[in-house]
Amino acid sequence: MKAWHLVVILVILSVTSLFIGVTDLTIFDLFSMTEKQAQALTIARIPRLISLVVAGTSMSVAGLIMQQLSRNKFVSPTTAGTDDSAKLGILVAMLMFSSATTMEKMLIAFIFAIAGTLLFMQLLERIKFKDAIFIPLVGLMFGNIINSLTTFFAYKNDLIQNVTSWLQGSFSSVMAGNYELIYISVPLLVIAYMYANKFTIAGMGEEFSVNLGLNHKRIVNLGLVIVALVSVVVILSVGVIPFLGLVVPNIVSLYMGDNLRKSLIHTALLGANFLLACDIISRIIIFPYEIPIALTVGVIGSILFLYLLMRRRAYES
Amino acid sequence: MIEVRNVTKMYGGKPVIDNVSLTIPERKITSFIGPNGAGKSTLLSIISRLLEKNSGTVMIDGKDISAWNTRDLARKISILKQSNHINMRLTVRELVSFGRFPYSQGKLSKEDWTYVDEAIAYMELTDLKDRFLDQLSGGQNQRAYIAMIIAQNTDVILLDEPLNNLDMKHSVQIMKVLRRLVEELGKTVVIVIHDINFASCYSDNIVALKDGRIVQEGTTEQIIDGTILESIYEMPIPIEVIDGNRIGVYFK
Repeated sequence: MKAWHLVVILVILSVTSLFIGVTDLTIFDLFSMTEKQAQALTIARIPRLISLVVAGTSMSVAGLIMQQLSRNKFVSPTTAGTDDSAKLGILVAMLMFSSATTMEKMLIAFIFAIAGTLLFMQLLERIKFKDAIFIPLVGLMFGNIINSLTTFFAYKNDLIQNVTSWLQGSFSSVMAGNYELIYISVPLLVIAYMYANKFTIAGMGEEFSVNLGLNHKRIVNLGLVIVALVSVVVILSVGVIPFLGLVVPNIVSLYMGDNLRKSLIHTALLGANFLLACDIISRIIIFPYEIPIALTVGVIGSILFLYLLMRRRAYES
Repeated sequence: MIEVRNVTKMYGGKPVIDNVSLTIPERKITSFIGPNGAGKSTLLSIISRLLEKNSGTVMIDGKDISAWNTRDLARKISILKQSNHINMRLTVRELVSFGRFPYSQGKLSKEDWTYVDEAIAYMELTDLKDRFLDQLSGGQNQRAYIAMIIAQNTDVILLDEPLNNLDMKHSVQIMKVLRRLVEELGKTVVIVIHDINFASCYSDNIVALKDGRIVQEGTTEQIIDGTILESIYEMPIPIEVIDGNRIGVYFK
């Protein structure tokens, strides 16, 4: 697969995404839109498309960086406590400052996300039994412990519905005015691309990095900051999207390898395509209603992932 | 030139390297030999700044390694450790290209790529250069890593058990490459090696360690000697001269 194939698919899916919905709007109406159609396009459809593309790209790249830095193919923001820590952070922000602005929420959630991720990385270093499957299981348990704290405090403070809404990522309520935070992700992704080579070297281990004159700790910390920030921004604007950071980088790794300079662009494009496709399916399967995208991503993602696991074994032998 | 002065490394209150001083001659192959747990690999790691020491200094070109900029040092000295379980899908050529990182910071010039392809040819991996590492045998992997070190083109090359995982043919191939690196390119090579006969046939100098101390040090002719080896390994190692090579016959 070439990068431009993915670009073509992205364009097709984007156009499709723009013209699906309750408000009747087709591509032929584009130059003679009624006021209602124009509003649907600018207030709902375009913001939705942008947030889908940015969220898909961000979560996939975040997963890729995490897998590289932890040297484990099964680690992603979902399986390392990053998402769960961010959610706890958002809750704390809401409890401490009853009228927390988005920026305040973001900052506190970021501090929690980075602390949770660092704690998980510390755990990783201390675990002697480095089985590839064992580590994400530890991550999931760790995440669930944090989650139980979130649920406890949310329950005590009557915020449980709020918390549940972050559990499931959804793009149905994305509208102009409430999604713009996600743009913060874009410069972070650019930085990630600039550091792609260094992440690859860091993924080869500390001794390898030192031999090549790279400050391993600094690169790992930079990577984790990017992952935590991106995850927080996505959760705050659209919610948790599971599996994406796990499945997409693994698919790309299979055909493209782990040289980030090459695979990062593919991961980004495939992530956007995958999320767009899942969103389109979510919107048409029980039209005019929608199923939550987290569900679609979860079902398709887990099937794909199982397939990949089995193929990988065949591939290696 | 590398000078090790009074270096000590403790693990849990016990010295694994005990007040070691050593000068490594330039443009020679120096082999570290000794029984398991003697501290050979630890000493190599300390010389290459991978490991912190508790006391003492390591001087490279008259400058303390802790005073060197790590990026500059990466153009002066390279190290390959024995455990390379990199769980990554890189092609041979991609891996070797990372050897140019200290020069290019990732943006390889035409000249960098020439070094990469030469290093691959040096290790006879040209046919395999676009294969992923996880599709190659352990020995081919090891050769790819050595090619990366060659592409790094440092004056000093440190290798921790480079013959691990290799069959006889490839062991000989690698030792010959190391000789060529010394003779044709004027490199200084330091290896940790278990097979005293490979050490005997290919190195110029041998340093024997035991319990964290240097117990013998000298030219290969001096060290590959029945009495000296028996004192190091605590077993009789009779030496036979075959075609001018001193071979220890210790198998029975």
